[in-house]
Amino acid sequence: MARQIRVNLLRAVSHAQGGHVGGPLSAAEILATLYFHEMRIRPEEPDWPERDRFVLSKGHSSIALYSTLALAGYFPVDELVTFDSIDSRLPGHPDMTGLPGIDMSTGSLGVGLSAAVGLALGARLNGHNGRVYALLGDGECHEGAIWEAAFIARRFNLDNLVAIVDANGLAQFGPAADEPGNRRGPWEHCELESRWSACRWNVIMADGHDVLALEAAFAEARATKGRPSVVMARTVKGKGVSFMENRWYWHSRVVTPDELALAMAELGEPG
Amino acid sequence: MKDLAAIPSYVRARASRTVGTTLREVFARAVADLATDDPRIVMLDAEVGNSTRADIFEQAHPDRYLPVGIAEQNMIGMAAGLAAAGFIPFPVTFAVFAVKRSLDQIRVLVAQPRLPVKIAVGYTGLMSGMAGKTHQPVEEVAVMRAMPNMTIVNPADEVEMRQAVRAVVAHDGPVYLMVYREALPTLFTDDYRFEFGRAVMLRDGGDLALVSTGPQSGRVLEAAELLAEQGVDARVIHVPTIKPFDEGAIVATARETGFVVTVEEHSILGGLGGAVAEVLGEQLPTPMRRIGLRDEWGASGTNDALLEKFGLTPRRVADQVLSYLAERAV
Repeated sequence: MARQIRVNLLRAVSHAQGGHVGGPLSAAEILATLYFHEMRIRPEEPDWPERDRFVLSKGHSSIALYSTLALAGYFPVDELVTFDSIDSRLPGHPDMTGLPGIDMSTGSLGVGLSAAVGLALGARLNGHNGRVYALLGDGECHEGAIWEAAFIARRFNLDNLVAIVDANGLAQFGPAADEPGNRRGPWEHCELESRWSACRWNVIMADGHDVLALEAAFAEARATKGRPSVVMARTVKGKGVSFMENRWYWHSRVVTPDELALAMAELGEPG
Repeated sequence: MKDLAAIPSYVRARASRTVGTTLREVFARAVADLATDDPRIVMLDAEVGNSTRADIFEQAHPDRYLPVGIAEQNMIGMAAGLAAAGFIPFPVTFAVFAVKRSLDQIRVLVAQPRLPVKIAVGYTGLMSGMAGKTHQPVEEVAVMRAMPNMTIVNPADEVEMRQAVRAVVAHDGPVYLMVYREALPTLFTDDYRFEFGRAVMLRDGGDLALVSTGPQSGRVLEAAELLAEQGVDARVIHVPTIKPFDEGAIVATARETGFVVTVEEHSILGGLGGAVAEVLGEQLPTPMRRIGLRDEWGASGTNDALLEKFGLTPRRVADQVLSYLAERAV
C-alpha cells in the first residue's frame, strides 16, 4: 500500500509540475498504517461523527494524504491528477471544505497539533472518545505553537491523542553542512524527544518505514492511559526513490518525465 | 429612507456613565444562559477569566469551561478542532492577543474552513484598564475586516450585546465579537432587534451624518445633541456589524445628508472609516471626514483622559464636526 501511495503521489506531482516530494515520500508507511490498519473510519460515510480523525499538521505533504485517501476509497484515484490545478478539490494544502476525508484544513506549519487537541477534547466531551492522530514534521517542531499544544494536551490528559513526528532529519533548507552541497538537520543542537517527555507525553520510538513497528507503536499508544503519546518515527526524506533519498533539495523540486520514469522503475511500477 | 430601519425608541443615559452592568459581564452571562439549553457551547479561556468575566461561564458550566493556558495560538487552534467536532466554542482573551498572536490560526484554521469559532475579545477599543498601547487593539477591525468569511460584531450596549450573542451562536461561521470592558449607558429598549448586516439610525437629521460603531455610538449620539444646541441637525447611524457591512444604509444616508463623518475607537485606517470611504468612493462619492486614532498608537490613562486625548468625547466630537462644517462653508 505504501508503494502505491508513492507511485500515485509521484505521478500527481509530476503531472502538476509542482508540489512537495521528499516529505510525502517519507510519510507513506505512516499514512498506510493509519488508514489501512489503525484508524476507525468509514470512507463511505466520511462525516461519521464517531470516527477517528487525522490532522496533517505538515500540510505541505498533502499529496501523500490525497493519495492515501483515494486508495482508501474517499474519492476516485483518477482525481489525483487534478492536484494543484485551479478549482481542484486537491489544493496545495488540505482543505476540509472541499474534499471528503479531510478532517482539518492545515498548511501553515505549527497550527495542526492545536486543532488535533481540540478534536481529541471534543471526542471526549462527546462521549465517544474517538482517537485523533496528528502528523508533524521534525522541522515543523521548531514552531512554538507545537509546544503550546503539547503542554495543554497533557493538562487535559488526552490519551486519545497521538502525535506522529515524521523525523526525516531534513527541513526545506537548513544551515549549510560541512560537506559541500548538503544541509544540516533541524534538531542538531536540541533534543526533540526530550521536549516531548518534558511535557510528560508517552514517547515511542519507531522505524517510520516499518509497518509492523508502526502498528506496534500505535498499539502501545492505545494502551497508554492518562496522557497523550508521540511516535517518533525515524524516516528517510524521499524514501523509495534512490536519487531522492536524503537529498534536501527534493523537498519540493519539480519531477521531470525522465525522473518519473526512473522512479516508477525503482518502485516496480510499469510505465 | 427605505434602507434604514429607524429604532422606535431609545433610552439615553446622560448623567450616569457607569450605570448598569459591564458589557463583559453581560456577554459572559448571555453565553452562559444560552449554554444551559445548548450543550454545543464551550468557552476557552487564556487565563484571563477574571478580566473577561469568563469566570461567570465557569461557575455556570464548569465542565464546559476550558482553561487553556497563556497560549492564544493554541487556544484558537483548539477552538477550531472543537468546532470541527461539532461544538460552538467561544475562545476568550484580550483583543490584542486574539488578533495578532493568533492571526495565523484564525486565518488557516477558522476563517478559511469557515468553522463556527466565536472569537470573543475583551479589552476592545481604548478601554484596557490603563494598560496602555500594548493592550489597545487600535487596528483590530482593519485586520479582521480583511479576513474573508469573518463576521465582525461590535455591540453598543447591554441590550444589543444580549441579542448579538444569540445571533452569534446561531450564525454558522466564524465571528469576531468585540466585548467592551466597561459599563455603558443603555441606548436600546427591549424591542430593539439586532441583525447581521443592518445599520440602525439612532437619530434623524439632515445637515450631516455621524456614523459610528460599538460603545462610541452612544457618545456620538450625545455629540449630536450638543450639535443640535448649535443649530446643527445631525443624523446618527450605528453600525453593529462592520462586516457584513450595511452598504445600502450608508449610501442612502450619504445621499440624504451630503456629508458623512465617521467616529470610532480605532485607527482611521481600515476600520469603520475605511469601510465607509470604500463604499462611498465606489457608489456615491461624498465629502467625508474620519474621527479616530490618526495612524498612531494608544496610551495609558483613565478612560476619560483617553477619550479626550483622541477626540472621542461627545464634546470633542461635536467640536471637530463644527470645525469641519466651518471648513466646508468657506
